[in-house]
Amino acid sequence: MTPSPLVALVGNPNAGKSALFNALTGARQKVGNYPGVTVERKSGRMSLADGRPVELLDLPGTYSLTPSSPDEAVTHDVLLGKQEGERLPSALLIVIDATNLDNHLRFALQLVALGLPSVVALNMIDMAARDGLTIDAEKLSAELGVPVIPTVAVRRKGIDELKAALGMMAAGGAVRIGSDHPALHEDIATLQRRARGIAVAATTEENFRRRWTHRADAVALHPIVGPILLAAILFVMFQAVFAWSAVPADFIDAGIQQLQSAVRGLMPDGFFRSLITEGLLAGVGAVVVFLPQILILFLFILLLEASGYMVRAAFIMDHLMARVGLSGRAFIPLLSSFACAIPGIMATRTIDDPKDRLTTILIAPLMTCSARLPVYAVVIGAFIPARDVGPGIGLQGLVLFCLYIAGVAGAMAVAFVLRRTVTQGPPPGFMMEMPKYQMPILRDVVLGLWQRALIFLKRAGTIIAFTTIILWLLVSYPKPPADYDQPAIDYSVAGRIANAIEPAFRPIGFNRDMALALIPAMAAREVAVSALATVYAIDAGDEVAQEQSLIDRLQGRWSLPTALAFLAWFVFAPQCISTIAVVRRETNGWRWTGFMLAYLFALAYLAAGATYWAAVALGL
Amino acid sequence: MSDPTRPVPLDKLPLRRDGDIVAIEWDRLDERDARRLRELGVDEGVRVEKLHKGPFGIDPIACRIGRMTIALRTAQAAAILVGPVKTR
Repeated sequence: MTPSPLVALVGNPNAGKSALFNALTGARQKVGNYPGVTVERKSGRMSLADGRPVELLDLPGTYSLTPSSPDEAVTHDVLLGKQEGERLPSALLIVIDATNLDNHLRFALQLVALGLPSVVALNMIDMAARDGLTIDAEKLSAELGVPVIPTVAVRRKGIDELKAALGMMAAGGAVRIGSDHPALHEDIATLQRRARGIAVAATTEENFRRRWTHRADAVALHPIVGPILLAAILFVMFQAVFAWSAVPADFIDAGIQQLQSAVRGLMPDGFFRSLITEGLLAGVGAVVVFLPQILILFLFILLLEASGYMVRAAFIMDHLMARVGLSGRAFIPLLSSFACAIPGIMATRTIDDPKDRLTTILIAPLMTCSARLPVYAVVIGAFIPARDVGPGIGLQGLVLFCLYIAGVAGAMAVAFVLRRTVTQGPPPGFMMEMPKYQMPILRDVVLGLWQRALIFLKRAGTIIAFTTIILWLLVSYPKPPADYDQPAIDYSVAGRIANAIEPAFRPIGFNRDMALALIPAMAAREVAVSALATVYAIDAGDEVAQEQSLIDRLQGRWSLPTALAFLAWFVFAPQCISTIAVVRRETNGWRWTGFMLAYLFALAYLAAGATYWAAVALGL
Repeated sequence: MSDPTRPVPLDKLPLRRDGDIVAIEWDRLDERDARRLRELGVDEGVRVEKLHKGPFGIDPIACRIGRMTIALRTAQAAAILVGPVKTR
């Protein structure tokens, strides 16, 4: 069977490429990676008007074919058939923003000049009309020499016409383009002037105004109101993570407990019953409970990106970031790292200054990722009273906010030091397009959340389930002899390992169970919680105690300074294995990866120690 | 006050004032910044309007270039000379 033709979706950033991709492929998408680089490969299947299947490939948005950042290099290499693991595209679907013709036409001209069969989607034609612009698509088509189809991707307008036009184009085989192709070496300024000429000829303008964006920017970019607004948005985001998740989390928790008692009722007491209830369900359940919180966090990040506010946040943060030697551009990957460091580190590919990019990668793990939320949530839930310290401000949410701030402050301090020592270099510039504000599309947000939920549940079902089962075995065996008078766990393999490393952690207030939890937490942060859940489930022994929640158990066993030290540890603790793998791939080796692990470990140890000693000295 | 017909560097242009770019001192910019500026549509003869300044009133600035709004730092903006609007 011959594979279906490959159509590459290309265009400037902010042309509405993702919305068009979603409209064309629906939920039939595949997100993966290119070998050797961390640029995401996003492709999906779509059917043409006559039913023929086509694979649509969403290439990273770029301004030209000059490959300077890793992102642009992928777009360049795919079009030239040089990208490892990718077929040559048979046709191009070029997306341009109708409200920003002169700029987007320049890249379109360069792409059309490559000579591949091409179709142009003149996207956001409704917004252009609202701004007072009328665009003659036929005139554009005549100038470019390829079909131009007006579309409104978010409202699925023009999608059928686009598929029909693509059907005529994607028939032929793939064409290989040499790197000496003249279109690759055209002068930007010359192209830009041609683009402007075409744009002026094809557009009728009537009182051009972008009222919405202007009014919103007057507030969002105001020198005083802007930063306050940004702080408020971030604060609401972190409060919501706690406040909105309580009900669904309780619901999931209750479901898992019912499942545990159902299994206890069905199975005779023995190895497998313990494995399932104390190992698998206690461990995986402790993590799955946090799905609502993680989704709420991702919801905010997706909304900030889709609305266009994220770039405004970068604008506001630029001056502060410049003080530590970074640029506002680094703010976006860093904010994404709050959800997960992996997409955050991957988002650094848009930073073209290599030193700026390396520094951002090295500090991204200090942004509190959502996998650390379960750890924070359990410890805060156990030790910080749930009372209000002000109208609408809960103490627990406030402590959580402080933990996030501690991570940010640590990251800034580390960046400051790195930029003056190991990643020294000229200060990076800050140049960015500020896209117009847009109403986020419900369908695209839901799709994004769905993909995140799947990734999380897949982790819970594989790596987390696997590590908790291993841990449960290590914690449960060998069984102590009948006359053993110490806790059963001390006799197990895990207990012995933990007892061996515990002296190293005793100075910073960690007990044996915590030392034990740190080991599997290397696989994934959340496992620290399931590890504690497993350890205490075994330790508790009788069934009445097993019905107790992890929070109740922690309250009896840890002192407040110990709990605070544990929180401080996780602010800085070295990353999970997946993040380490991504950093290794992104920095091309173990050198910077090792450096990152070492500095994170040292910071975590010192921070936990300082917290413990300070808390003890204060008599907490 | 200075002569309103004399070109001023973009970083010195007052807020909400517009003008046409008369010259860009490319040799003051490093290669990467110069290419980014061109990609964002900065060119001689293009209309530019200064819209916003960053918090603390310094860096960065936001300008309208053609139909786009772009952010840049004053260090780079200083290389862009803006003259009076030629035709309304």
